[in-house]
Amino acid sequence: MNVILALIYEFFKTGLFAVGGGLATLPFLYDIAARYDWLDVSIMPDMIAISESTPGPIGVNMATYCGYNAGFLQGGIGFGMLYGLAATLSLILPSLITIIIVARILDKFQNSTLVDNAFKGLRPAVCGLIASAALTVFASACLEVDLFEISGSFASLFDIKALVLFVLLFAVNKKFKLHPVFIIIPAAIVGIIFEM
Amino acid sequence: MKLLWDLFFTFARIGAFTFGGGYAMLPMIQNEVVERKKWATEEEVMNYYAVGQSTPGVIAVNTATFIGYRQAGVLGGIFATLGVVAPSVVIITVIAAFIRNFLEYEVVEHALAGISVAVAVLVISAVINLWKKGVKNLFGVFMFVIGFAISVFTNWSPIVVVILAVIGGITYGKVTNSKAGDGK
Repeated sequence: MNVILALIYEFFKTGLFAVGGGLATLPFLYDIAARYDWLDVSIMPDMIAISESTPGPIGVNMATYCGYNAGFLQGGIGFGMLYGLAATLSLILPSLITIIIVARILDKFQNSTLVDNAFKGLRPAVCGLIASAALTVFASACLEVDLFEISGSFASLFDIKALVLFVLLFAVNKKFKLHPVFIIIPAAIVGIIFEM
Repeated sequence: MKLLWDLFFTFARIGAFTFGGGYAMLPMIQNEVVERKKWATEEEVMNYYAVGQSTPGVIAVNTATFIGYRQAGVLGGIFATLGVVAPSVVIITVIAAFIRNFLEYEVVEHALAGISVAVAVLVISAVINLWKKGVKNLFGVFMFVIGFAISVFTNWSPIVVVILAVIGGITYGKVTNSKAGDGK
């Protein structure tokens, strides 16, 4: 019982203090692993890799994974599922409360030119933040930066298969405005067939 | 009640096809929330992202709560939030319980390589959309460059960008307002 209470408390705290997205929760998880024996540092590399490559927000995936492992140690798969759910709900509860409060405050200032002007500055800046994230995603999907740094030849910088797929998908997406699922699933199939 | 379940299942779909961080959710939000359901405009989604960046918690969750709350109050916020995390809980539990060596399968590795290209396409297209809606003048271009440059060249927290953008926006508003007042 003590373990699940500690788990709920620790993940609530993580959700409350980790600002700036899923990976911002990582230092908190290492801290938890250092202080309790129900979470082990050795699971972290697998946890990060799996959380990044499965669907869903990374922070949420990591919480479910940590919770599952903590529960599994206590009493097998059933406990794992329960603890995974508990960790996830504890992580998102502070967000839920904070956002509802912020939304209410913003509603009160709906006609304030000050808030309106603040958002006029925020929207393009956030667009810039996301553009930088897009660049990172593109580089890791279509470029071989590591290989390029070793060989120094531009020919080795480009992952040709990935670039061809990128151009094709981009053209299709622009022309037909499909639901993202119809870009993701064919890309997965192409990846398997052409052994990307 | 119908709206609440609609929020839950729409955000569950979004959660199930978000590969990567909160920004990877953007193409799904634009398609499902802005174009199909018309629960928010492109501008509002950017506002939610700005708030989500600077408040505690996972950005995807913050955005879901915001849109849900705006549609159907506190319960709407709860349903949208539970929706966006539901696929994670199921998928991660299944992987942790039954397929620990999931990432070692070659098929998974190839599929993920393909998916990461798709995510790059979708996120870049989403940014182009945002640019069209959010960057309207020279001041917008300036703020865009600040956000982009800080994020690419430093490891400062996104909160720095948010604070600078708020100050920039308010200052710009004051300057243009006093000019408009003088002129008209």
